[in-house]
Amino acid sequence: MKKKTLGNKLFSYFLIILIGVILIFPIVWMFCAAFKTNEEIFGSTGLLPKAWTSAGLQAWMAENEGGSFGQYFVHLFHNFAESWLGTGRNSYATFFWNSFKLVIPTVILTLVSSTLVAYGFARFNFPGKKLLFGILIGTLMLPNAVVIIPRYAMYANWGWVDTYMPFYVPAALAAAPFFVYMLIQFMRGLPRDLDESAYIDGCSTLRTLVQILLPLMVPALFSAGLFQFMWTYNDYFNSLVFINSATKYTVSLGLRLSLDGESVVNWGKMMAASCIAVLPLIILFFAAQKYFVEGIATTGMKG
Amino acid sequence: MTNTVAQRKIKRRKYSRRDYQAFLYLAPWLIGFLVLQLYPFIMSLIYSFCNYQLGTTPVFNGLENYIRLFNRDADFMKSLRATGIFTIVVVPGKLILSLAVAMFLNRDMKGINFARTVYYIPSLFGGSVAVSVLWKILFQDNGIVNAWINALGGRTIQFWGDPRYALGTICSLEIWQFGSSMVMFLASLKQVPKSLYEAAAIDGANSWHQFWHVTIPQISPILFFNMIMQTIQALQNFTSSSVITNGGPLKSTYVMGLKLYKEAFTNFKMGYASAISWVMFLIIMIVTLLLFRFSSAWVSYDD
Repeated sequence: MKKKTLGNKLFSYFLIILIGVILIFPIVWMFCAAFKTNEEIFGSTGLLPKAWTSAGLQAWMAENEGGSFGQYFVHLFHNFAESWLGTGRNSYATFFWNSFKLVIPTVILTLVSSTLVAYGFARFNFPGKKLLFGILIGTLMLPNAVVIIPRYAMYANWGWVDTYMPFYVPAALAAAPFFVYMLIQFMRGLPRDLDESAYIDGCSTLRTLVQILLPLMVPALFSAGLFQFMWTYNDYFNSLVFINSATKYTVSLGLRLSLDGESVVNWGKMMAASCIAVLPLIILFFAAQKYFVEGIATTGMKG
Repeated sequence: MTNTVAQRKIKRRKYSRRDYQAFLYLAPWLIGFLVLQLYPFIMSLIYSFCNYQLGTTPVFNGLENYIRLFNRDADFMKSLRATGIFTIVVVPGKLILSLAVAMFLNRDMKGINFARTVYYIPSLFGGSVAVSVLWKILFQDNGIVNAWINALGGRTIQFWGDPRYALGTICSLEIWQFGSSMVMFLASLKQVPKSLYEAAAIDGANSWHQFWHVTIPQISPILFFNMIMQTIQALQNFTSSSVITNGGPLKSTYVMGLKLYKEAFTNFKMGYASAISWVMFLIIMIVTLLLFRFSSAWVSYDD
């Protein structure tokens, strides 16, 4: 093994940090821009907002006589507050609530249906298994674009357009084969002896799944849940197609609405809204990093 | 040999009653597959041969939609071009970058886990509207990127206004999110036995040879999986073009996903849009088949 020299090591660190800074800069800039005015956002090379400096504080003090530092601190976040409370129906509090009403049941239904189906594939030997598994893998590659038009026509007939049903029902019917596949792979890695001995003891198949396999599957379910959360939450195309009324808009559609809705866009406010929009993902990521990384690493690995 | 034959004989006994329970567990997926995947899949093929405005009855018109697409729709040709360039830039760009970074991070150094975490963050935002809005502002004529270019003495580049740059700038947004492939590569690089590198080194292979003859063959299944999934995704790209440029300037970013959306859900020409979706599907099929075809030359599965 080669021994690394000190210079070599320093250079590695330098490179790692440089790449990291380039990658993270846009996000940091987005956060900082939420405290800026349009004039500050455009034509400036700087990162830190004026409002954070003592010059900003003094300017505000001069304008608002008798203002305290506490009030200034509150004022700093006015772009966030305005986005959150919004005007009329267009508040991010509503968009958020809608996003969660759409995403959480979708995630739960996906997990339940995918677990059942994965159990069927991983632990039973039934006629036609090869064919059905082939179909499952085939649908992994079926592009959403091909099925969306007939689905739309169908949902329109059933009165599901402008509701969240186009998201809930496919989730309940395990129509996202990726998660079924992911859980099958995971279940195959669990020792068969466990459920076979339970079966010999007279345990029903459902009880075997719930009481023996499920506890072992928690990490995989967690990963699958996180990914489904992330994808559904970020999704724009399907929301745009299926949801029409602004009262049902999710965060993605809300962002689009604020972008198109105003003749003069207040970019600082727009960036504050974007920060609010990505916040749940960042919180989830830092809270459950391990599951993100393991989830990605295992899905592709065993295939 | 005899052993496997014996095993097969044991397996060939009739399916037990327990095995038929599998269909109970598969039921949600079977219904989902038939109603939400197979039926729409066939219907979109049928619609593609029809004149079908949403809300009317589809009328068969033969190959009319396809003939119009390729002969009389200049916009469609532009969308084919935009999607082609996008895919050819983004898929290799993302793969090469994520593999290079994964190899660079695949070492024991203090703080390396932190670097991995940070590099993954952009991938959290997937196709979200928030990062598209962010890119739009960063690369505006008077945005921060141009402010830097000006500060360094360069002329302002119209990233969104100039058809030569717009698509490339959108590609940069996708490539920025290379983190999830990086995590997959990192996991598979860890699985490559150290002894292989040692043996290669003893045989006098330099690091370039080691990369081509040890690393690539060892991680080829995961590289291949990534390539296919990313190609399918790239061919359907929608959010960034829709939010940032709306297909402009001069239709240079008018990707197929956007063309399909506009025909189907703005003009409600469902038949015409279905034809677009089938062209897209055929392209995906051809590309996937070609990738599979050539994969035998370089993908090695050791079982």
